[in-house]
Amino acid sequence: MPKITYKDKDGNSKTIEVEKGLTVMEGAIQNDIPGIDADCGGSMACSTCHVYVEEKWFDKLPKAEDAEVDMIDMAYDPKKNSRLSCQLIVTNELDGLIVTTPEKQS
Amino acid sequence: MKKTDVIIIGAGPVGLFAVHQLGIKGLKSVVIDNLDKAGGQCIELYPDKPIYDIPAVPECTGEELTKKLLQQIKPFNTEFFLNERVEEVKQDKENWIVKTNNKNELSAPNIVIAGGVGSFEPRKLAVKEAEKFEEKFLFYAVKDKEKFKNKNISIFGGGDSALDWALELSKFSKIHLIHRRDEFRGAPHTLSEIKKLEKEGKIILKTPCQLDSIEGNDKINSITVKFDDGKTEQIKTDIVLSFFGLIMKLGPIAEWGLNMNKKTIEVNAENFETNKKGIFAVGDICSYPGKLKLILSGFHEVALASVACFKRARPNEKYRFEFTTSSKTIQNRLGKK
Repeated sequence: MPKITYKDKDGNSKTIEVEKGLTVMEGAIQNDIPGIDADCGGSMACSTCHVYVEEKWFDKLPKAEDAEVDMIDMAYDPKKNSRLSCQLIVTNELDGLIVTTPEKQS
Repeated sequence: MKKTDVIIIGAGPVGLFAVHQLGIKGLKSVVIDNLDKAGGQCIELYPDKPIYDIPAVPECTGEELTKKLLQQIKPFNTEFFLNERVEEVKQDKENWIVKTNNKNELSAPNIVIAGGVGSFEPRKLAVKEAEKFEEKFLFYAVKDKEKFKNKNISIFGGGDSALDWALELSKFSKIHLIHRRDEFRGAPHTLSEIKKLEKEGKIILKTPCQLDSIEGNDKINSITVKFDDGKTEQIKTDIVLSFFGLIMKLGPIAEWGLNMNKKTIEVNAENFETNKKGIFAVGDICSYPGKLKLILSGFHEVALASVACFKRARPNEKYRFEFTTSSKTIQNRLGKK
């Protein structure tokens, strides 16, 4: 199974195996990773699953659709490498992906 | 103090259908919601998004679903307390007393919490000095636009609210519109108006940048924005407006002594009662083994909870299960002859 690493702003990190087809958000929720709230449950409506994607991975991800970018506008402290983790579907290609959670989600 | 049979907290789809299920059993309810309208997430987060899994409704939007539910509960003439948040819940013998932030007090033997993920509140600016200016020189909504005449106003956001208020307030104030990227999202007409006013110098656009700090003591003197390339710029500002949408906050629910599991309330799946007798939780906010956060699951949950509410509200009456197709009593309650 692909491994995903979730870091927090202080550098603490947890690497877990996430089943292919799940989202990076679901991987976090199912494994009690703190820092990802996902209030809307993954319907791209709240931006509380906001993460920063490590630069070398950012370009490998499928591009964010407009609605996701609009939602990221609403996120806490958005940056150039911001994504919504509910829109990142885990595949073999994403094995090793590293994401960092923001200081807070709202 | 107003007395009723059931106090419903949350006017989302599940809260609205609770009115129906209670109403056909002859129970009176009131609904409290922090938003200014009924519909909850359906109306606030995805009014235009189609929903495909409401039984027998192949497709409808969040707004359509809300309208239909309001139509369905119309016969019950339910009182809504909108723009109000429940602050306190306390026990008074067999009843629960609910106090809202608007100083309303209600009493009932039953509370049904259909609170979704919590109450909607404006998403606030991240800089720490924002708080001391809030509601005086920094606002998350425009209530009285008279306050915003002949000022230097800095507006944050890239969506409809930010754009609409930039247009409106530019009629009598100097506007800076600040957004983290170059692209704004709004109706084509709005966008072209903004462009036009920018050319005329009535609106100054600052992109791609974000708020870095707010300067001032008793009032705001200026703000500093930071561009993507690291450069900063100070902008003379009297008023800051910020439009980053709404977030959901669980709020005081966590302090009512209910057994919580993360941000959800534990219930038994027989009647959706919490650990407190007479307090029920339904919809996205409840948790039990196998729980699915679907609107249709919430509908099932209120049907069962309403039976338990009946037993507490009418302890001397026997509950009779009836079908809407055949029960004259129910048909009368629905105003059908």
